[in-house]
Amino acid sequence: MSDSVNVVGMAGLFDDADALLRAADLVRREGYSKWDCHTPYPVHGLDDAMGIRPSPIPYVCLTAGFVGVGVALAMQGWMSAVDYPVRIGGKPLFSWPAFVPITFELFVLFAALATMGAVLFFCKLLRWHSPLHDSDIMQEVTSDRFCIVLEAKDSLFTQDRARALLERAGCGDIRMLFEEEEEEGGIL
Amino acid sequence: MSHESQAAAPSLKVVPPRPSTLETPPLVKGDVSLKKLDDDIIRPLESFPTRRWWAAISVTGTLAGFFLFCFAWTIAKGIGTWGNNNPVGWGWAITNFVFWIGIGHAGTLISAILFLLRQKWRTGIARFAEAMTVFAVICALQFPLIHTGRPWLAWYWLLPLPNSNGIWPNFRSPLLWDVFAVSTYGLVSVMFWYTGLLPDLATVRDRAKHGLRKVFYGILSLGWTGSNRSWSHYEKAYLLFAGLSTPLVLSVHSVVSFDFAVAVIPGWHTTVFPPYFVAGAIFSGFAMVATLIVVLRKFFHLEHVVTEDHLDVMNRITIATSLMVGYAYMIEFFIAWYSGMAYERYVFLNRALGPYAWAYWTMFSCNVIFPQLLWIRKVRRTVALLYPIVILVNVGMWFERFVIVVTSLHRDFLPSAWDYFSPTWVDVGLFVGSIGLFLTLVLLFCRFLPTVSVAETKAVLPGSQPTGHGGAQDGGAHV
Repeated sequence: MSDSVNVVGMAGLFDDADALLRAADLVRREGYSKWDCHTPYPVHGLDDAMGIRPSPIPYVCLTAGFVGVGVALAMQGWMSAVDYPVRIGGKPLFSWPAFVPITFELFVLFAALATMGAVLFFCKLLRWHSPLHDSDIMQEVTSDRFCIVLEAKDSLFTQDRARALLERAGCGDIRMLFEEEEEEGGIL
Repeated sequence: MSHESQAAAPSLKVVPPRPSTLETPPLVKGDVSLKKLDDDIIRPLESFPTRRWWAAISVTGTLAGFFLFCFAWTIAKGIGTWGNNNPVGWGWAITNFVFWIGIGHAGTLISAILFLLRQKWRTGIARFAEAMTVFAVICALQFPLIHTGRPWLAWYWLLPLPNSNGIWPNFRSPLLWDVFAVSTYGLVSVMFWYTGLLPDLATVRDRAKHGLRKVFYGILSLGWTGSNRSWSHYEKAYLLFAGLSTPLVLSVHSVVSFDFAVAVIPGWHTTVFPPYFVAGAIFSGFAMVATLIVVLRKFFHLEHVVTEDHLDVMNRITIATSLMVGYAYMIEFFIAWYSGMAYERYVFLNRALGPYAWAYWTMFSCNVIFPQLLWIRKVRRTVALLYPIVILVNVGMWFERFVIVVTSLHRDFLPSAWDYFSPTWVDVGLFVGSIGLFLTLVLLFCRFLPTVSVAETKAVLPGSQPTGHGGAQDGGAHV
């Protein structure tokens, strides 16, 4: 913390997805762990090149869905058969076939809400500021360029090594990422 | 470095070249770069609205205002201001409700079902269709809400909320299933839509020059950075939303059809209703997508993104669903005859030949006869020829719901109770006003949000995906 401007990472920009994929593969082999690629659209094969594990969101979704089923059956059963029992059409009070539609709907509703929540959580959304947002890199990676960001927090990171690695990956546009204010957390 | 690893790799993994005969034509016409695509799709958001837009929204806004007026009028005076009478207890309100819900279904079909089926052509129209779904559901929800008479208390009547009477809604009633189905559908559609919008909102944010615009889209984009770790979660979530929406959309219109089919009224009490309603919903929805997108692509110069190929495929789905709907119309007559039940037979004879024959045959010709022209390739691909047909389908599908609702009710079991339903100005005002509301929302959407999914379209542009000669070929991580 020598002055108010700290280097928090290094970004290498690429012009096409092929170059990015090769570079990502190289960075993964080098053993970096705190790094990411930024792309304007999902690039096929990049997950493998980066060595990203499959997203856990399906488990979140399924679990929440089953919670929804439980809630729906408990709610309908308790309300129709326990708290306010009204005999309708000579059917049993706990007439479960009639509860199927709402049970299904609540499965979907709970699963969808949990999926949305999981997207916000796992994609680290609802964070409007970071050194990356403050840089001019975002304008390029949400349009037509591809970028690799190496975080300074990574144990392998030194400015020289990071620069050398990106150059070795064929990157011609290397930029530093600075933190201008005191902010908690990393950049990714 | 990477070239060395490439040289060692080919013996392990040989990617066969794709036969040129299977090469699919590009989804976006012409030579389009990623940057150009941003410009084409997002530029309309970044300029001051044109005079045409203002003219359009002043018309639709006036209609939407009239909707609010009729809404308030109904609340103040009561449902007696409508044309509903004693045997016809359900009139235009339920007709409009089913009509709007049906419109929404094509959006979900395009965004979810076609996504699961890997129909890449959907990319050009999915965003717009999803937006249409959300707006159609908003319009649909107005009608049951007004019908409750006092919408500010409707929460207690519609949802199982604790109340001072200590009673709960009847979970065996299709009307309650409907509440859950439609509200779930609305919420899931909004979430699906919004998730899809996130990367594009970030693109709009980062292009923004104006401070206010930057803040507005900055907040909406929730801080999306396009990081690949995010994309990985995002794509999985998108797939899950599609997977959840697919059975959901089928369930919603099935449940809507239960509102009728579970009743014992002849003309409503049929088992064919759920698939018949779902097919009809997709039919009407595709017609509405075509109706709007033809105008949109013209005004926003997106003819190269939403091409004639898109219109062609959509019209093929329209004709397929038209046949399903036509089959349902005819099989209903057969089953009515086959049931041997006098009331059932009478309802259908009355439908085709009675006082509402004009409505029935309007429906039949708009939905079954005119769409047959879509068999002709030239008609499917020429805006001037297909446009009248899709407009007629919109009309026909509204009449379908009207015919189902009114003709089944207006001649009750006792001839002394028979009556004829005529709408009042409030009925007309609410329906026309809801069209105004819908179009106002569509116009606002076109001004404020990207009408085509930029990120998704980029991902299917020729040359946008790695060619397979990248570093991942020699193993990658394969975890």
